[in-house]
Amino acid sequence: MRIENHPILNFERGEKVTFFYNGKEIEGYTNETIVDALHAAGIRKLGTSPELHRPRGLFCAIGNCSSCFMTVDGQANMRVCVIKCREGMKVEEQHGRGVVRYD
Amino acid sequence: MIKEIEILIIGAGPAGLSAALSASSLGAKVLLCERDELPGGQLVKQTHKFFGSEKQHAGTRGFHIGKMLLDSANSDPNIEIWTDTTVLGIYPDGVITCEHDGRHCKIKPQRTIIATGAAEKFLTFPGNDLPGIYGAGAVQTLMNVGGIKPAERVLMVGAGNIGLIVSYQLKQADVEVAAVIEATPRIGGYLVHASKIRRAGIPIKTCYTILEAYGTDKLEGAKIAKIDANWQPIAGTEEDVKCDVICLAVGLTPLSELCWQAGCKMAFVRELSGHVPYVDSNLETSVPGLYCAGDVGGIEEASAAMVEGRLAGFSAAGSLGYGEGTAAAKQEEARAELTALRSGPMGEKIRLGQQKVAEMGSVK
Amino acid sequence: MLINDGVPTKEDLEKVFPSEERMAKGPVSVIECFQKIPCNPCVKACPRGAIDIGCDINNVPSLDDAKCNGCGICILRCPGLAIFVVDKSCSKEFAIVKIPFEYIPLPEKGQLACGLDREGKELGWFEVTQVISGGGTNMTHAIALKVPQELAMEVRNIKVGGYK
Repeated sequence: MRIENHPILNFERGEKVTFFYNGKEIEGYTNETIVDALHAAGIRKLGTSPELHRPRGLFCAIGNCSSCFMTVDGQANMRVCVIKCREGMKVEEQHGRGVVRYD
Repeated sequence: MIKEIEILIIGAGPAGLSAALSASSLGAKVLLCERDELPGGQLVKQTHKFFGSEKQHAGTRGFHIGKMLLDSANSDPNIEIWTDTTVLGIYPDGVITCEHDGRHCKIKPQRTIIATGAAEKFLTFPGNDLPGIYGAGAVQTLMNVGGIKPAERVLMVGAGNIGLIVSYQLKQADVEVAAVIEATPRIGGYLVHASKIRRAGIPIKTCYTILEAYGTDKLEGAKIAKIDANWQPIAGTEEDVKCDVICLAVGLTPLSELCWQAGCKMAFVRELSGHVPYVDSNLETSVPGLYCAGDVGGIEEASAAMVEGRLAGFSAAGSLGYGEGTAAAKQEEARAELTALRSGPMGEKIRLGQQKVAEMGSVK
Repeated sequence: MLINDGVPTKEDLEKVFPSEERMAKGPVSVIECFQKIPCNPCVKACPRGAIDIGCDINNVPSLDDAKCNGCGICILRCPGLAIFVVDKSCSKEFAIVKIPFEYIPLPEKGQLACGLDREGKELGWFEVTQVISGGGTNMTHAIALKVPQELAMEVRNIKVGGYK
């Protein structure tokens, strides 16, 4: 859910965009991070851990830890807490370490 | 190509921005590198009014202070700001590398101020890796920067200033806070913050710990219990708390990796919450020309970080010959402000920590 | 106790309450600030110079209630939201209590709001007699409530929403 009214803050969310989360359409805004938009849609699980395959969510939300790694447009280990939403981007849950693309 | 600059400041939070403004006010040319897209550090999510005195913008809300500092820096011809820039390495020949604009860049500064701030600490308990267990700062980011309602019902762990302030902010965003639990017998944050959330109906349970978190794919609740004087859970005091987010507000630790890399003399100082570099009264580390300001040198309030930034900026610019005849007085003024901020009972920890830092200086 | 539950004790409060005699004369500030922290905006906030903390910024404020006229500017300026104004002069039965407020929705003048004590417990429904905005970047509001005299030193917040 998004905060519509706040006693102190106004949110300038930017333009509405649609992107894909595990192939499913999700609505976001250009000033929102991927994590913001996923959270607003009720999605907390972003992937699974490499060894025990336990569900993973965000932790720091400022690009400091590595808890929110997802695969974005085919590239693994993206910190989705600091990447803004773009029209048509493909965001996928990452299972394990992911494969880094060098192209 | 190597970018040459008089003063490089790493981190554009309250300390870094203040350092840039003070160094520039003496005439020095500054490059400010910020990892995030938006400078301001954690100020951008602080919706409460700051404490301290007028000189530290007391009574002004944190995000307004951040904007004021940033507007001043943006309109200052002596200050260049590189955002989305992560500093990667400090080399023995004085070259500092960073990722900027998607490229690997080299910077050769005459002076460097490290103002990288801090990271949130974690806590060990079964189930602590479930989605929904977040740093309190992360929840602040989601809520106050992203404008997302972060949860329906939160359990706050830690009654320091961050735990108390974020609980209040959650309530302002219409999120229920089930309780604030705190393992020690005392509330660590300012009691006015504590009273403010109590009046809003949020319980504060001191001598309480979290036993475990549970849920399948995401957090569904937690078990908490009262603890005895030996920090052991007391049988029969267990409570079940339904919540979809647990906020960990169990302290911060300095992000001092770059200080290690630069070869600064370091020590673990418990009172400052982690490994910190030795600094002298000008905030210069054991590496000549390398200064530290803000939480990287020990965890404290943002008001103090701003004054430290100002001090480091004057020191660095002064050492380059700027502000001849005025720099020393300005440094002294900043030192006096820090002494005043730290002189009360809430400053006891930081005073002890600084004593240990000073002792480091005498060890070869 | 304040240090372990955030609620000031009777003893804490007695130290800062203005005398009954003063409160009966007209509005006066009640500064519920008990801990030495580095903070001083209240001193500058008072146009009459009634609030003093001495030379150490860590001192707790003291109020000269002879100088204070209960204008309430300090309510809006205290970063800790720890200042209230109480007026017991208006009638025998009722007092006016002004509290700081930073939530939405705001109540409107004339509505009833559910008053809360220092632990967030409900004390009853009270008429909102005034809503004062700190304006601009201050963004704090002061809400004036008409409460029974005996609750003047108890009501310190209102429940957000559900105003009647």
